[in-house]
Amino acid sequence: MTALQAQGVWKYYGDFAALQQVGFAFAAGSCVALLGRNGAGKTTLLRILAGLSQASEGGVEILGGNPRQAAVRSRIGIIGHGIGVYDELSAEENLLTFARLYGVSDAAQAVDHWLERTDLARVRRGMAREFSRGMRQRLAIARAFIHRPRFLILDEPFTSLDDRAIALLQGLLRDALADGATVVLSTHQLKEALELASHVLLLNRGKLAFTGERTAEMLANPGWVYQHYGEAA
Amino acid sequence: MTYLNQVFAMAGKDLRSELRTKEALNASLSFAVVILLLFSFVVDPDSEMLEQMSGGLLWMVFAFSGTLILNRGFARELPNDCLDALIASPIPGSALFLGKAMANFVLIAIIEAICFPVFGILYNLTWTTQLPVLMGVSALATWAMATLGTMFGALTVNMQLRELMLPMLIYPMLIPALMAAMQLTTLLIAGQPIDAEHIIWLRVLVAFDIIFTALAAVLVETVLVG
Repeated sequence: MTALQAQGVWKYYGDFAALQQVGFAFAAGSCVALLGRNGAGKTTLLRILAGLSQASEGGVEILGGNPRQAAVRSRIGIIGHGIGVYDELSAEENLLTFARLYGVSDAAQAVDHWLERTDLARVRRGMAREFSRGMRQRLAIARAFIHRPRFLILDEPFTSLDDRAIALLQGLLRDALADGATVVLSTHQLKEALELASHVLLLNRGKLAFTGERTAEMLANPGWVYQHYGEAA
Repeated sequence: MTYLNQVFAMAGKDLRSELRTKEALNASLSFAVVILLLFSFVVDPDSEMLEQMSGGLLWMVFAFSGTLILNRGFARELPNDCLDALIASPIPGSALFLGKAMANFVLIAIIEAICFPVFGILYNLTWTTQLPVLMGVSALATWAMATLGTMFGALTVNMQLRELMLPMLIYPMLIPALMAAMQLTTLLIAGQPIDAEHIIWLRVLVAFDIIFTALAAVLVETVLVG
């Protein structure tokens, strides 16, 4: 079953084409490493996939529907550039708010589970603004996973994570993939991404430069894709 | 049921955030009390003119101080990119709007609940003769401010000059509701019931609330996502 499909996606900011005729399809259970230099269009593409922005031309389908449909959004989990949690709420209140927004059936139990899983149970009533950077990042991870998403969109998820949070996120992503979820992650940390990825998608200045399965060569030499399909190739 | 849960989750989150920091509440309340105090030096408490302008004075105060609360409605979502997390969640635009409008309504109502007695003391007026009806009229007018302010708050949230833009956008649109509230409040503070001559203002308020609530609920998703 195709979990992610993009057809002829263009995105303009004024006259500037941030994405040009981008198209691809990935099956359910894939883990797609979205690669590209700064300004390649990774975040623009991820925002369109997440339903935060509309494509100027073309369209995307996630889990068989438009990402703006509530039924589709309820199955998507997102970690973006911002952590997406409220500083003036406690860890528990943050998770409970999002659990209720996502219509999680037993919200209180889900909150308990994810506070334990991210090792934040002992500070559950602490305000997010009082947390260390690592704790805030773990709270963001719990927020993204609380509704057991079937499709995960992660925009540079490993950037500025501490080693504990990286291990936690990698573990959760492996579990989600083993459970059949689909993951799209953009990153500059090639090694971490390629270890998880089943597929690679490379953007160059808004154009699709490469899409295909992640190979052993890529794993052995994380810069391989850039060397063969990057701008200088 | 899920829809109502989402509305109340949104409203509860906004109220909890604001009551914890009291950022907008303190600023709005101080501003309202200062305006009431300054005008009390200008107007003779025993004059007949005071009764005639009481509704106008009160609703000007509520409109000015209310925008400080309305400005925070969506601006509260900007730190940590919380607005993206909200838009990406399955909450329908109308539920997001209603939750935020409810929170704004409660916060402005708190300001009003404090300002009415302050107004009575500073201006030496008995304002409670028609209290239940006055509360009803205030609720209708406050909902008008909350709906319009929440809608335009969504529109201006990403503007750098949003604190300036929001009042500039909502005051002209609010004129019918404010006029109705001013007329009815003046009447009720004077201790008179709403008679046949003034019932039109009540209808204006009700119609304003229905029209703008429906419009905002339909349009807010387009405003936020494009």
